[in-house]
Amino acid sequence: MPAIFTYIVHRGGVVDDSAAELLAAARQIDPAAPVTAIVSGAGSDLETACTTVCASYKEVWKISYDVLAYPNAELIRKALVKVLPPDSVFLIPHAHFGIDLAPGLSIKLNAAYVSDVVEIEGVESTFLKVVRQEFGGQVSAHMKCDISSGAVITIRPGAFKSTEAGAVAGAVIDKSAEVGPLTAGRRYLQTIMAESGDVDITKYPVLVSIGRGIQEKDNVPIAEELAEAMGAAVSCSRPVVDAKWLEKSRQVGSSGKTVKPKVYMACGISGSSQHLAGVKGNPFIIAINKNPKAPIFQVADVGIIDDILEFLPEMTSKVRELHGVAAK
Amino acid sequence: MEILVCVKRVPDTSENEIQLNAAGSDIERDELVYSINEPDNYAVEEALQIVGRVGGKVTVVTVGNEDDEEVLRREMAMGANHGVLISDDTFAGSDGRGIAAILKRFVEQGSYDLILTGVQAEAGAAEVGGMLAAMLDYPFASLVSAIEVIDGKKLKISREIEGGNKEISEIDLPCVLSIQTGINDPRYVGMRGIRAVASVPIATYGVSDLGLDPNSVGAKAAKVQRIDYFVPTVGKGAEILEGSREENIDKVLELVAAKGGLK
Repeated sequence: MPAIFTYIVHRGGVVDDSAAELLAAARQIDPAAPVTAIVSGAGSDLETACTTVCASYKEVWKISYDVLAYPNAELIRKALVKVLPPDSVFLIPHAHFGIDLAPGLSIKLNAAYVSDVVEIEGVESTFLKVVRQEFGGQVSAHMKCDISSGAVITIRPGAFKSTEAGAVAGAVIDKSAEVGPLTAGRRYLQTIMAESGDVDITKYPVLVSIGRGIQEKDNVPIAEELAEAMGAAVSCSRPVVDAKWLEKSRQVGSSGKTVKPKVYMACGISGSSQHLAGVKGNPFIIAINKNPKAPIFQVADVGIIDDILEFLPEMTSKVRELHGVAAK
Repeated sequence: MEILVCVKRVPDTSENEIQLNAAGSDIERDELVYSINEPDNYAVEEALQIVGRVGGKVTVVTVGNEDDEEVLRREMAMGANHGVLISDDTFAGSDGRGIAAILKRFVEQGSYDLILTGVQAEAGAAEVGGMLAAMLDYPFASLVSAIEVIDGKKLKISREIEGGNKEISEIDLPCVLSIQTGINDPRYVGMRGIRAVASVPIATYGVSDLGLDPNSVGAKAAKVQRIDYFVPTVGKGAEILEGSREENIDKVLELVAAKGGLK
């Protein structure tokens, strides 16, 4: 069984939740395989991150370079190619950095690549069997991956739960000297923080969240009227922002806002993993969708198979009636 | 600027319920409506807009079969100058690496400053662009949400990262970028536009035209294979309300109030 390596995402020294999730995933590949965390960066942020990771990993490899202060996938790929032993299995979260790094790394390592893995069934001879999803989560697929020359695997955030207590007092090994000078054809300039927008959707206990099922911009007021009647806010999934029907600040998901409402009404939202990544705090999810196969029904508490363009206006009338407000 | 956009024809998930066939070996494809992979369409629009600003030509390429010509023609109707179909029986069963290897050979026969892909297709792998870039030793960026041409040697790009934040970088040409949906507003293509390109020839390349070793592509070279499809059972699933619409609305309001969400 090859050695397993995990890439630790951290921001300003704060280690991402994925560090523990990747360890849990590694255990499912082979409970007996050694697992080494790789942490790259610079300065005190890197030291802080390494110290944190040592609580859950026995071995931590540190790659310290000033140019790695901001994670540049091309530079880190070049560093990893230098330090990873042949035929290693390398795990990284399927988020914006993993998507940037992992496909190219698999080519440079001549290793198999499987992305966005949600379950791991184990290894038989040189084949790793995993589960991933296609068609926005409408169907799953078993994948067979030849790991005889190593593998690069991106792991869906939140799909694996850590069960380990985390008090192992791991050791940090500095691998920086094996890396050598690093240059890249892509250079980080700056980060532009998201605009706050007119409404802060993270502050509302109820969100009326709309997706592609709203069909056109002229239908958006249907959701706004219901939200107004309920004292809720309107949020949305990515296609609504792509179509410019709502501002980016209303988008829930991995590339939008993370929300923690008490009740999340998913209206005409299929429920892609990228969208659900932004719905935290275990809210009560009510899904309304015409398509009974929509993946949102797998995660919702209550589902209604109906057309939101008819359901929402009727619900608005009912709420107004209850509040004694005359319909407009 | 010479721009190559790699596109794919996929089942349109906004139009279709995806069902499995009886054997679970594939999805039921007979009744499916196919269209251009949505992020690829944004990539073609972005290429056309760049060429509109700085000049050049746009080529769209797909690896597939004759059925896939329709998406090439659709993108040509949008304004792409050339359509190329790469098709060969030996490509069947290729994994992402195989598709990237095929595209690499095609890229090497031309002279492209910029190669675009959509951020991902129906399988959600988001892999071919990054693999192609690594094979060509070109810089790569994923999830690109804005492109500004600085000069003939570099671009300024924006990537979508967490929380709606944007990561701004400079990237050398030639490079490969995977394009995120929402980067632009793709132009409408009418029937008239499609008809206008209906008889424009589409160049077709096979394994020998590209000088590819047949053993380097297809199922036998694939490190990753799909064994089967199945319907996921994540969590316990929603309790589906089966009442009339009025009853369902009452129930929803009751639940929202009970969960502390309604005044």
